[in-house]
Amino acid sequence: MSTPNPTAPAAPPSDSVMITVDGVPMKAKKGEMLIRVTDANDVYVPRFCYHEKLAVAANCRMCLVEVEKAPKPLPACATPVMDGMIVHTRSAKAIAAQKSVMEFLLINHPLDCPICDQGGECELQDLAVGYGRDVSRYAERKRVVKDKNIGPLVSTDMTRCIHCTRCVRFSQDITGAAELGTTNRGEHNEIGTYVEKTVDHELSGNIIDLCPVGALNSKPFRFRARSWEMSQVPLVSPHDGLGTNTYGHVLRGRLMRVVPRANDAINECWISDRDRFSYEGIYSADRLEKPMLRMSNGAWKEVDWQTALEAAVNGLKGVPAAGLGVLAGPSSTLEEYALLQQLAAGLGTSNIDHRLRQPDFSGDAADPAMPTLGGAIAEVDTLQGLLVVGSNLRLELPLLAHRVRKAARAGASVAFLNPAAFEYLFEAEQIVVDPARQLAELNALVSAAGGTTVGNSVADVTDRHRRVVESLRGAQRKAIWLGALALRHPQYAALRAAAQALAAATGASLGVLAEGGNAAGAHLAGVLPHRAAGGVARASTGLSAGAMLSQSLGGYLLWDVEPTADSLHEKALASLKGAGYVVAATPYATEELKSVAQVLLPIGTFAETSGTYVNLEGQWQSFTGAALPVGEARPGWKVLRVLGNLLGLSGFEQNSSEEVRDQLRSQVERSAAPISIGAVAAPTALGQARVAGVQVYQADAIVRRAASLQRTREARAPRVVYGAGAES
Amino acid sequence: MSAAPTGKAALLNEHTRHEIDEWVARFPEGKQRSAVLSALRFTQEQNNGFLTSDLMDAVAEYLRLPPIQVYEVASFYSMFETHPCGRHHVSICTNISCMLNGAENIVAYTEKKLGIKTGESTPDGRIFLKCEEECLAACTGAPMMMVDHIYHEYLTPSKVDDVLDKLK
Repeated sequence: MSTPNPTAPAAPPSDSVMITVDGVPMKAKKGEMLIRVTDANDVYVPRFCYHEKLAVAANCRMCLVEVEKAPKPLPACATPVMDGMIVHTRSAKAIAAQKSVMEFLLINHPLDCPICDQGGECELQDLAVGYGRDVSRYAERKRVVKDKNIGPLVSTDMTRCIHCTRCVRFSQDITGAAELGTTNRGEHNEIGTYVEKTVDHELSGNIIDLCPVGALNSKPFRFRARSWEMSQVPLVSPHDGLGTNTYGHVLRGRLMRVVPRANDAINECWISDRDRFSYEGIYSADRLEKPMLRMSNGAWKEVDWQTALEAAVNGLKGVPAAGLGVLAGPSSTLEEYALLQQLAAGLGTSNIDHRLRQPDFSGDAADPAMPTLGGAIAEVDTLQGLLVVGSNLRLELPLLAHRVRKAARAGASVAFLNPAAFEYLFEAEQIVVDPARQLAELNALVSAAGGTTVGNSVADVTDRHRRVVESLRGAQRKAIWLGALALRHPQYAALRAAAQALAAATGASLGVLAEGGNAAGAHLAGVLPHRAAGGVARASTGLSAGAMLSQSLGGYLLWDVEPTADSLHEKALASLKGAGYVVAATPYATEELKSVAQVLLPIGTFAETSGTYVNLEGQWQSFTGAALPVGEARPGWKVLRVLGNLLGLSGFEQNSSEEVRDQLRSQVERSAAPISIGAVAAPTALGQARVAGVQVYQADAIVRRAASLQRTREARAPRVVYGAGAES
Repeated sequence: MSAAPTGKAALLNEHTRHEIDEWVARFPEGKQRSAVLSALRFTQEQNNGFLTSDLMDAVAEYLRLPPIQVYEVASFYSMFETHPCGRHHVSICTNISCMLNGAENIVAYTEKKLGIKTGESTPDGRIFLKCEEECLAACTGAPMMMVDHIYHEYLTPSKVDDVLDKLK
């Protein structure tokens, strides 16, 4: 052993370098772009085309900075740092360069800020204040670019475009749909689709936020409000199980628009079009503004809350407990679920469920405490192997599909087992079989993995099955997910058991992508016939949603349920019509509900109530009410609390939704022990099976009423039922 | 990673496909986007000198690219025409060397001779006079023009007559 020699070369070149920015030493990763280092150290460099999540283009030149020993200013977004680099972001040379770029950018910009929706939140406007001249030296004619109609969601004012190409890079790299491009050259350069065409990808609304100027804006929001008039309230999107973080922008109590709230653990800086434009549904013409009561002559009459609640209480009391069914939609708040479960228990019934679109409940006893992804959402990016069974993923959970795409682009092998082939915009192995043969096909995978199949129906094991299994086996981080098409399958329990067997045999985690914005919350709160609050098994199991919808009970309490559209159950309407007494709490007064109910109670939508959603990785996300409820609608948890009081039940003394939540949380923590997963009964063979397809803009009552979303290409696609050649 | 097949690739004829295949083979696997320029060149040739949206879609489908990536290239380069035009492309250079040697007179003469302005085609579809051409690197022979990829230098009105009258 020799002693360390002080003159020997330093330790192997480390990953970090030191640079100096405006006289301040900064540590940086070797090869990192300069702008990332300055951003991380709170040194602001102006920019338009650079965006953290997009590929570097370096075409706006706004981020020019002075680098010592470089002959001319360099763009910070495309300059890799080098050890000992000395950078000046505010030197005379740097500022002169930035000001010159700004002058170029403003040559053709119309400066129509007073009539531009971007005014007040415009990056060009902000930077023009800092870097623009007071008076333009440009006396020539400005160019004009024809606006494009790219669909019902995004408005275009292409004369305002500064050609940063953020939208182009988004459509090529993030969505993969490559819908937008840069056509023509030089002075004639334009952003667009070239041919008349709509931009249809389910994440395309994000180009509104990406656009640093007013070229791409929200069409439904056009000319509705100025950005500085509105207040910003954090919200959580109720349309899928991801719990996407958003901000609601509210003007005089009305939700004017929804924009992303960056959260790298969930949605990064994106939201889906469904999250962004669904707010229109809150203000649809058929909102129930006052409680309504059906008179003895069958006519409906608007009444005050007191009268309606008393009628509902008397009606519910008149229904024998065993004949009362409580049905809730899968997107209500945790607080509503907790109180609803408490109310059902107080009325003595276990007939309570939220799994409206699930036909098979034979595996209930084997349910985990709640449906989860089986891992963190952010970790999906790093999966190396993934099998998705029964899911039109892009339409079910658009942002989760985006993460899967990222994983696939990083080399993950992704396979789908579905009743149809879907377009994923990344390389995926698609196994397509008829619904009746889904289980056999999944069993073939189980068998290829050496696991125990569920039932005897097993398809022939082919190289394809072995390939899928091998790629799962070979991956370190791997998962198997069951999607909505599996949940809607008549053999769901068996499919899940088979997926479990495959997961066990390959070492993958198992996830269930339950439908609705708060299915996990409904599970935890016990809106289930077999589990009470906290996931505790009930002493006696009540009727499942399927059982409640396929026969007429004595009475029903419907909580934010539109019978046919929310259940996709063919007997739903007839069963409800045959009931003795139906109370419907709903934001919307539909003819369908009026034909089955005796009392309609107006409740607030997701933006009009405080509450909590639990997402598919088990995160509890609480939010406050953003908008004033329409008409006399009230937050659901308040309605339930008063109903509980009027029914004379105990446990309805909460003064805030936080109190309701905290009570439930302590119950969940007490019963934190995971429920053991039991075996399912051997499945019977199916001659045929029908599975209703996923329609992204039919997901829930609010989305179904969002007028602009309903005008998209996706919304116009006909409903598909897979299996038995059935199309309706 | 391309859109759903539209069947438009069938618009490309045997010869065009063969040429495209040859170009695709020159690039690494999966880098077929590099062959767009040549693919468009042969496609334009097949269609007597101009491209249509359908033909660009055909190239996109054949190369498995999003159509917009083909539109971008076709609309960027001046040697691709995206509107119907005459079958012989005549481009007179008007950059500095040619300009100093009288290119403007040549343009004026040609316009008068053909009875059309630059950017237009003769009514019989014989000749398309391109808007303007950037330097074609033949300054030694200025003024010059390019007719269907062939250079003609030291232009005079009579030489222009000579060249253009021979075009079928």
